[in-house]
Amino acid sequence: MRRKDGDAKVTGAAKYIDDLTFPGMLYGATVRSSIPRGTITARHISLPDGYTVADHRDIPGPNYVALIDPDQPCLAVDEIRHVAEPLLLVAHADKDALLHLDTRISIETRNGTPTYDPEASDVCFKKIAIDKGDLDAGFKAADVIVDGEYRTAHQEQLYIETNGVIAVPGDGRMTVYGSMQCPYYVHRALVVLLALPPDKVRVVQTETGGGFGGKEEYPSILACHAAILARKAGRPVKMIYDRVEDLLATTKRHPSIVRHRTGLTRDGRLTAMDIDVIMDGGAYATLSAVVLSRGVIHAAGPYRCDHIRIRGRAMMTHTPPNGAFRGFGAPQTLFAIEAHIDRIAEQLQIDPVRLREQNALRPGDTTATGQQLGRDASALAVLRDAVKRSRFHQKRKAWAGTNRGIGLSLFLHGSGFTGGGEVKLASKASLELTPRGARILVASTEIGQGTRTMHAQIVADALGLPYDAIDVHEADTAFVPDSGPTVASRTCMIVGKLLERCARDMRRRLGTLTPAQYYKKHGAFTVTSQYEPPPGLQWSDETYAGDAYGSYAWGCNVVELEVDPVTFDVTPLNVTAVAEIGKAIHPMMAIGQIEGGTAQGIGYALTEEVVMKDGRMANAQLTNYIIPTPLDAAPMDVGLLERPYAHGPFGAKGVGEMPIDGPAPAVINALRHCGFDIRSIPATPERLMRARLHHGFSKAGT
Amino acid sequence: MSALTLERPRSLKAALASLAADPSLMPIAGCTDVYVGLHFGTTPERRFLDLWGLKELRGIGVDGDALRIGALSTYTEIIQSTLVQQRVPMLVAASREVGGAQIQNRGTLGGNVANASPAGDTLPVLAAAGARIVLRSQSGTRTVPFDGFYTSYRNSIRTPDELVVAIEIPRLQGRQWWRKVGTRRAQAISKIMMAAVRGTDVRIGIGSVGPTVITATQAAAVLSGGGSIADAKAALLSEIRPIDDVRSTGEYRATVAANLLEQFWRET
Ligand SMILES: Cc1cc2nc3c(=O)[nH]c(=O)nc-3n(C[C@H](O)[C@H](O)[C@H](O)COP(=O)(O)OP(=O)(O)OC[C@H]3O[C@@H](n4cnc5c(N)ncnc54)[C@H](O)[C@@H]3O)c2cc1C
Repeated sequence: MRRKDGDAKVTGAAKYIDDLTFPGMLYGATVRSSIPRGTITARHISLPDGYTVADHRDIPGPNYVALIDPDQPCLAVDEIRHVAEPLLLVAHADKDALLHLDTRISIETRNGTPTYDPEASDVCFKKIAIDKGDLDAGFKAADVIVDGEYRTAHQEQLYIETNGVIAVPGDGRMTVYGSMQCPYYVHRALVVLLALPPDKVRVVQTETGGGFGGKEEYPSILACHAAILARKAGRPVKMIYDRVEDLLATTKRHPSIVRHRTGLTRDGRLTAMDIDVIMDGGAYATLSAVVLSRGVIHAAGPYRCDHIRIRGRAMMTHTPPNGAFRGFGAPQTLFAIEAHIDRIAEQLQIDPVRLREQNALRPGDTTATGQQLGRDASALAVLRDAVKRSRFHQKRKAWAGTNRGIGLSLFLHGSGFTGGGEVKLASKASLELTPRGARILVASTEIGQGTRTMHAQIVADALGLPYDAIDVHEADTAFVPDSGPTVASRTCMIVGKLLERCARDMRRRLGTLTPAQYYKKHGAFTVTSQYEPPPGLQWSDETYAGDAYGSYAWGCNVVELEVDPVTFDVTPLNVTAVAEIGKAIHPMMAIGQIEGGTAQGIGYALTEEVVMKDGRMANAQLTNYIIPTPLDAAPMDVGLLERPYAHGPFGAKGVGEMPIDGPAPAVINALRHCGFDIRSIPATPERLMRARLHHGFSKAGT
Repeated sequence: MSALTLERPRSLKAALASLAADPSLMPIAGCTDVYVGLHFGTTPERRFLDLWGLKELRGIGVDGDALRIGALSTYTEIIQSTLVQQRVPMLVAASREVGGAQIQNRGTLGGNVANASPAGDTLPVLAAAGARIVLRSQSGTRTVPFDGFYTSYRNSIRTPDELVVAIEIPRLQGRQWWRKVGTRRAQAISKIMMAAVRGTDVRIGIGSVGPTVITATQAAAVLSGGGSIADAKAALLSEIRPIDDVRSTGEYRATVAANLLEQFWRET
């Protein structure tokens, strides 16, 4: 199956944002704070003619980036909350004229005292409480109690194409082209900020070089900046971040602190789980509330337990806002529970596979939010398959006491928006008849993950037409309906399902005619379908109870690795990744998602470290922010299992995010097998050395 | 930004004349370091002298007893040279781990030496090999020992009107050893690296553990004199000055330097 976007990308014909220019176009730049906290006391600007300068007074509407809470100013008025806070915008026809703005613009500030420790912060963006059963009773029934604290750090998405947009003004309208995941988020932010009616704002996604969540909310503020300049200059304005600015200013994964207190019977049955989750939101609320939400819902892992208490807090700190990143809160809390489970296994001297088997959620069991799982609950299936494929037990025994280790992780990932999110979104998808077939009209974006291909496959199969008869319209808000954001592993399961329904409606309407025959006789028509929750799905935002997601995908990772006793470098030798995703619409792309997410997860575990100094990323270069290269990635054995979900297209659930949930705890558990007691990531060689400075390995690896 | 200018001399003589006339001209070879400096705004120079076409700076051959490697030799040329493979396998090993294929095709040995970064991967090799640097200006040629070539962080005894024309490596006796500890397996700046030769004498070069590459003479003396590895490690730790930076910690560098020394001794 040829990718819809493949030919244009391979031949270089695909147009990314930096490939576009418009007549009279200017280049825009952002003047940012250089201190983490303070107040602006004066601004001195001495720029010659030819520059357009804009500040908060040039914003026609309210000065905030519309998303969830209206707390993030688009341009600072006087308060500075992080080192990359945007203060002023400058545009010029010559890009190089924007290079040394700091010599011509100076900002005076009164410095405040920053807070970097989320636990010391007195500003809480969001609190969530989940309660199931009776925690005290659960602990009373326990023979053993195991405590643990686990920490995860920032992670940068590191899409290949940095953030960039072009804003084009024109008689009471604003059009923004750009690299983005969610055209309708950008649309809404612009409508609010510019105080324009929705039909006067148009947002067009250009070919996008990766997102991983990093282009979920960030393009909104960038689009607002470009639009403010374009409006003031009356000319198109292009703003593209270079890598350093992109790393310094844009969102990262929330750092987390998760504390577990767990009660078990002597033979390893969970009786009580008490979990405390703290997420570092950075300077503004942005998406922290929903990241926290997914985090706490996944915090108990894929385990059944009658008595659970989960408390979550997202706190403000004086660093650039943290935001969406593949997994969206779940990798943090799943890291904690999965590292904790191996510590429990060690303490109770139970095999980690058996401990998981004993407690894994089965069909009919209820999760922490009280959701009863359907027949597609596959924890045991993925666990057993991964253990068998990797010959886990043989290796575990053979390598004991050496510098080789093997560890595993078991996890689940809810597909689609959390709780009532999908109902609120009320997404739409349309399908338009064409003379040769049909054209898909959705706001879901292709960001390299295969949206166009996978949607076209679903429509082709539901219509009974060849794949080549299906076209996909670009994600342009002037033409496509709001199908919601391209996030949360929802593009296949939710939007794909809407398209399947459109296709079946269209099929009925065509009757016995081919598209060409129908088109000739009656002309084109468009069918639209809108999200309706599957029957019986219930959720309460007040009690945080009910069906948190329509369905879950399930995964198990086994990581085999070797620690170099001289350098403490960790070499992943092999990774087994088994995923149950309902139905793989395009198996090769699904495997690609799993392999890519797994490599990204290993980077998260071992090397990717955002070095923060005084609230600023100190290693904001590709040279020093260490993602794995192909030479660092381990060989992978991917297994796909399919247990169809009744309300997904052809049974499909989500696959995009889950692969990054499991690698980090599996790595840390493999390191534990080598004798390293690590409870935070990244587990760099420097940290491993500290953990083991005075111990050697008892025998050499094989 | 003011415009950049580039001079492209046709001969070494012309290049040296240009440099003599204007020592603020910055030579460029493969430009892999210079480009990064320009991009990040850390290279103030605006006028450049392109050495790439100078045949006199190319070629790898034997000169008397020494191996002579032209300053413009790229990592790829070094990796492919049978002469280097036979005489200085540790230089081949180090070259293989520089950057990725693109950098190996373009980056030069002379550039690595002249750039004078303490993290330059070939520098510990040249230290361990007891190499000599051939410098030339309009007023003549001088050949200086690699030990003592660097005077402080990113400074050397090369004067602004001099070019590195070649690197000479004497015939080496004994087993050669090399190990780079980078932040990952490719496209990695070294956190620490060590080259060593174990012949009748021991020579050890070590990088990224001080303001310049370090020739660990005391550790080498302990080992040459039949001392214990523990004493050699202690000597090494007194010779290096590792620091914390965004890539690693001083503590890690010190521990791993000692571990590398032990590994070298065990494996040779
Ligand atoms: C992506 C990337 C990865 C890299 N990885 C590594 C790595 O793994 N290990 C490593 O050591 N380095 C690495 N480097 C740095 C660089 O590639 C090397 O230092 C290389 O050897 C520089 O050679 P060049 O010919 O490109 O030097 P240039 O960039 O052309 O010059 C560097 C400096 O030397 C001077 N110079 C060059 N030639 C002469 C000469 N003949 N006489 C006098 N002065 C001269 C220049 O004026 C300049 O100051 C990397 C660089 C990049 C961009």
